[in-house]
Amino acid sequence: MAAAMLSRPVYPGLVPDMHAKHNLIVTEGEGAEAVLDLATKTSAEFFARTTILYCTAGSAAKDHETALAKLNPKHLWVLPSLPTVMFRLKGVLATADMGTRLYAAGTEPFIGSVIQEALAAGIDFKSVVTEHRGSAKRRVQCVHCKGMTENVTTNPVACSHCGINLFVRDHYSRRLGAFQGVIIDAEEPGSAPPPEEIYR
Amino acid sequence: MTTNQIRVRVAEVETVAAQIRRLKLVPIGMSGLPDFSGGAHTILSIPDGERTLRNPYSLMSSPYDTSSYEVSVLKAAESRGGSAFIHDKIREGLPITISAPVNLFPVDRRARRHILIAGGIGITPFMSIMRQLEHDDVPFELHYGMRSQERGAYWRQLRETYGHRVHIYFEDQGQTIPLKTLLDGQPLGTHVYVCGPSTMIDWVLNGARDAGWPAENVHYERFSAPPPGTSFTVELARSGKTVPVGPHQSMLEALEAAGIDAPYLCRGGACGQCETRIVSCAGAIQHNDHYLSDAEKAAGDKIMICVSRVDGSTVTLDL
Ligand SMILES: Cc1cc2nc3c(=O)[nH]c(=O)nc-3n(C[C@H](O)[C@H](O)[C@H](O)COP(=O)(O)OP(=O)(O)OC[C@H]3O[C@@H](n4cnc5c(N)ncnc54)[C@H](O)[C@@H]3O)c2cc1C
Ligand code: FES
Repeated sequence: MAAAMLSRPVYPGLVPDMHAKHNLIVTEGEGAEAVLDLATKTSAEFFARTTILYCTAGSAAKDHETALAKLNPKHLWVLPSLPTVMFRLKGVLATADMGTRLYAAGTEPFIGSVIQEALAAGIDFKSVVTEHRGSAKRRVQCVHCKGMTENVTTNPVACSHCGINLFVRDHYSRRLGAFQGVIIDAEEPGSAPPPEEIYR
Repeated sequence: MTTNQIRVRVAEVETVAAQIRRLKLVPIGMSGLPDFSGGAHTILSIPDGERTLRNPYSLMSSPYDTSSYEVSVLKAAESRGGSAFIHDKIREGLPITISAPVNLFPVDRRARRHILIAGGIGITPFMSIMRQLEHDDVPFELHYGMRSQERGAYWRQLRETYGHRVHIYFEDQGQTIPLKTLLDGQPLGTHVYVCGPSTMIDWVLNGARDAGWPAENVHYERFSAPPPGTSFTVELARSGKTVPVGPHQSMLEALEAAGIDAPYLCRGGACGQCETRIVSCAGAIQHNDHYLSDAEKAAGDKIMICVSRVDGSTVTLDL
């Protein structure tokens, strides 16, 4: 799947599409602040046709659900974890139609998971409106054992499955929603430089 | 570019509707023609006295049979020569030159479902597209509008082949494509495609936008040739050559007539292949393409030489 391997994605920011008949906003933690900023660029009618799925488990969650409720969305679902949000998202997308626009705001792995669900539902990733908020942590797939390591903030990082030291590349797979990690000390095991915290 | 040219012989000529002719083209000196996918077109080189006209025509035959190609040509009301030549002068047995196929109107293979909208001669790319969708067993429906029974091509045959998936609309009987109903409530993963008169394409593009569809799922191909203009001169900054362009001639054609090979693919202002940098311009640029953004057009430092021209005396190109 060469086409799925792409370099660093860009997240241009939430901009309202006023033509859509329904909006579906999926957000976590500090991503809620991007939704509150979006509210300053649009009208109450926009939120009257909007469903918000909010994951409280995201980075640095404050009491954003109260602020989101004040936007008077058509529906607001507050969910405790990434899997519960993705399960609900799958259900909503199963009955959504072409007049629906999908928005995602949060950390990169969170947006990656939303895009994966979008692709599975037949949505072109280019029509998903995204904004990166919160930590710069990454989801990394070890190219050797294929295991996923979550919440990666350092480079290099030890694979949480097979333990080898991985160099985190800017190479991103949309299909997997993850960056690629490649062994860094193959020649001389143990020679890896100390992990540097760069994806805060 | 004049590489990738293929010699073919016109094996069949048939009038399939008022002002519409089907040509069957078979290869000369080779057993088969290059592969193509549904929606592709080829460029026919049409000899016209001193000059050669090169017009794009969609391939309407099956992508699974490359022993021949078929195209259908509408005689344009104000033909500059191309479609009129095909109607009045082309006979069975005549050798002609075509380009290897190019596809600027492919179907999105990730789609769950395809809605095809055709107007008049705009049916041609869908003829090969439907073969492909049928072969791949992907759901589709065709909505095909035409002026009248006599002026529409292939509608009987399409009904027979594809049954309830084909919806025909005769304008003279007051029938119109129910666009809004078609677009509302379609499941995610549906793509819509339109080919036909420019006004129809705009109608579908606006309709899809108003129905809340994302642009990624809306596809179109315009057949329109640009309007004529006035004569001007092209100066080539690199070679120092000067080439006159006539009112009914494109810059690309003028360069070709002067023996200069410039790149092209669609010759319809859609693909971007012929994009050329403007060094200086004495006159107003008339952008007739569908490729450059409005901002790029306003900047005035690039031009698509297959369709755009200059209203003025001279343009200097980076060629
Ligand atoms: C991708 C594509 C697919 C097409 N498929 C089909 C098809 O399947 N069937 C069909 O009938 N038609 C098709 N067309 C339209 C076709 O190519 C011709 O435009 C059409 O036949 C008009 O014929 P004509 O006799 O007016 O052409 P001509 O008289 O030969 O003139 C048209 C061409 O001349 C040039 N030209 C003419 N006037 C000017 C001017 N003033 N300034 C600059 N350039 C000028 C342009 O290059 C233009 O393409 C297609 C067009 C495109 C772009
Ligand atoms: S050749 Fe395609 S835009 Fe000019």
